Amino acid sequence: MQPTSNINRPPNTPPIAALAGEPLERLQAIITRHLGDEGPLLPILHDVQAEWGMIPEAAQPVIAEALGMSRAEIHGVVSFYHDFRQEPAGRHVLRLCRAEACQSVGADALAEQVRAALGLDWHETTPDGRLTLEPVFCLGLCACGPSAQLDDRLVGRATTEKLVALAGGVR
Amino acid sequence: MRIWVPVDAAARALGADEVAAAVRACGQQPIRNGSRGMVWLEPLLEIEIDGIRHGFGPVEPDEVAAILADPRGHAKALGPVEELPWMRAQTRLTFARVGVTDPLSLEDYKAHGGLEGLKAAIAAPARIIPEVTDSGLRGRGGAGFPTGIKWATVAKAEAAQKYIVCNADEGDSGTFADRMLMEGDPFTLIEGMAIAGIAVGATRGYVYIRSEYPDAIRAMRAAIDIARVAGVLGASVLGSDHRFDMEVRVGAGAYVCGEETSLLNSLEGKRGVVRAKPPIPALQGLFGQPTVVNNVISLATVPWIMANGAAAYAAHGIGRSRGTMPLQIAGNVKYGGLCEIAFGRSLGEIVEQIGGGTASGRPVKAVQVGGPLGAYFPPALFDTPFGYEEFAGKDGLVGHAGIVVFDDTADMMALARFAMEFCAVESCGKCTPCRVGSVRGVETIDRIASGDPAAMPLLADLCNTMKWGSLCALGGFVPYPVMSALTHFPDDFTGRARRVEAAE
Repeated sequence: MQPTSNINRPPNTPPIAALAGEPLERLQAIITRHLGDEGPLLPILHDVQAEWGMIPEAAQPVIAEALGMSRAEIHGVVSFYHDFRQEPAGRHVLRLCRAEACQSVGADALAEQVRAALGLDWHETTPDGRLTLEPVFCLGLCACGPSAQLDDRLVGRATTEKLVALAGGVR
Repeated sequence: MRIWVPVDAAARALGADEVAAAVRACGQQPIRNGSRGMVWLEPLLEIEIDGIRHGFGPVEPDEVAAILADPRGHAKALGPVEELPWMRAQTRLTFARVGVTDPLSLEDYKAHGGLEGLKAAIAAPARIIPEVTDSGLRGRGGAGFPTGIKWATVAKAEAAQKYIVCNADEGDSGTFADRMLMEGDPFTLIEGMAIAGIAVGATRGYVYIRSEYPDAIRAMRAAIDIARVAGVLGASVLGSDHRFDMEVRVGAGAYVCGEETSLLNSLEGKRGVVRAKPPIPALQGLFGQPTVVNNVISLATVPWIMANGAAAYAAHGIGRSRGTMPLQIAGNVKYGGLCEIAFGRSLGEIVEQIGGGTASGRPVKAVQVGGPLGAYFPPALFDTPFGYEEFAGKDGLVGHAGIVVFDDTADMMALARFAMEFCAVESCGKCTPCRVGSVRGVETIDRIASGDPAAMPLLADLCNTMKWGSLCALGGFVPYPVMSALTHFPDDFTGRARRVEAAE
């Protein structure tokens, strides 16, 4: 892999480590899978994040070249969407809904208590990399709030005790 | 003995998977249906007794064995589900099968009237747009634009490739109808999109689903695969000369992508930035081609209209709000869930009678209708009939018919600030009134909170600028919650000024 896309970088920024070997093959397999799609960038980014837990900076020039886009365009898309991580999350992610319907049944107080109990602020990860706490704006569980999500598991009528117990149960 | 345990995300969030496991532990195989919409009864177990489905709920896993052993005698027995007051109060057209059928059984779908609309559409393609127009169906995503007129515009446009795009980026708090439909009856949406494709001459469709809805994504993808194998989708839709195929695309956590032009940019693989209109998407939409962009509920209602006729649909409703609306009653409410009724019931009836008032038992202070960008209505406006023009006449909006109830502990100034803060975070940044106005809005509300009454006219002025100067509904509608809070609950704003003064 030639770091050709580094020509897009502003002067005085260090070149990013080029992706090579087996990770590059995995990335190219993802890109190939979607090249026939119309508007393939979001599906590619979702798959990249599923593979690495984030969008590695080194993946961006490779995607840019494959799609005939500039690296800036790829970065623009990655940074626009809340879902795409530029740093990996913890092994598990606890998301608390902060939207109005959950607020009406005490989501703000719940969030305060959970943050205190876990010792985490929003977007923070435990030092052992076990758990990340994130806000979310609506899980569509508005008639059984406050709602939360631990990895794939949805929680309705969430309480501090329930969430702390669930979060404590994952390694 | 046939047994149903919902697979709907809300039911799962309340323990439906554990209940299903308990049913299996008793040697029975439950059918995983959608939710009937009575979320306060979830997980709702259903057992067929003498051909009638009886409900039990909310069920704990450790109660399952006793229920199966003696259904009629159990304390959680609710009786026949269809006879429950919540169900009897409704006119379920769009949601007729949700909660009834196995969402991924095409046989079940057909046995309950599925594909009849598509067959009628194939038999008389030229009748589709007149039927949809005559039904009075308007965009259920919030804008309320007549669906038939939009389709006619796309049908008349000349292009080699046209698209049907389903907006399933249901990001508004208090709304979950799209999610429930996609999880509970995904074939209806597929059928509706295929009909739309035949009507306008589009052969490709996309369902853009928000990433916060993994269950809906899974259900739609599985249903599309089944529909393709069964010939509902593909080169020859139900054996006809019409080609139509579709796929799911997943959003990436940007609220603004629920706005149709942002959504199209996102589908194209770009930042979800709003496009200026004109050109309208009907003429230059996805990849610059003529595109129908409709909400899930709009598209999923079309099969019923085609199967039963425009007149039958238009017979429901009031004024220019024809047909039914799946209300989503949420927040601090005793009986929360999905309730599909004809337009025209008053907001007070919906909140107090159907919803049963607050869950906390305290008085209702405010009801936000139409999501984070909808107005806060005080009980004084509870006589407003549920309809597009009726709500607009009271400076509110029907939106996607999410109804969020707040009790008297709600701090309306905090909610107004939240609306501005939300807009600041989610603004795509393209237009100044939204991008900068929302940040200034938060600051101005903070000034009011610190006891500066001079900031109140400033906030009203700023809202006026945002309302008329923003490119899309994000910046343009955030004045609704803010100004309605200020107008109807001034004490929550001025009271602070007095308290600050008194403390000094």
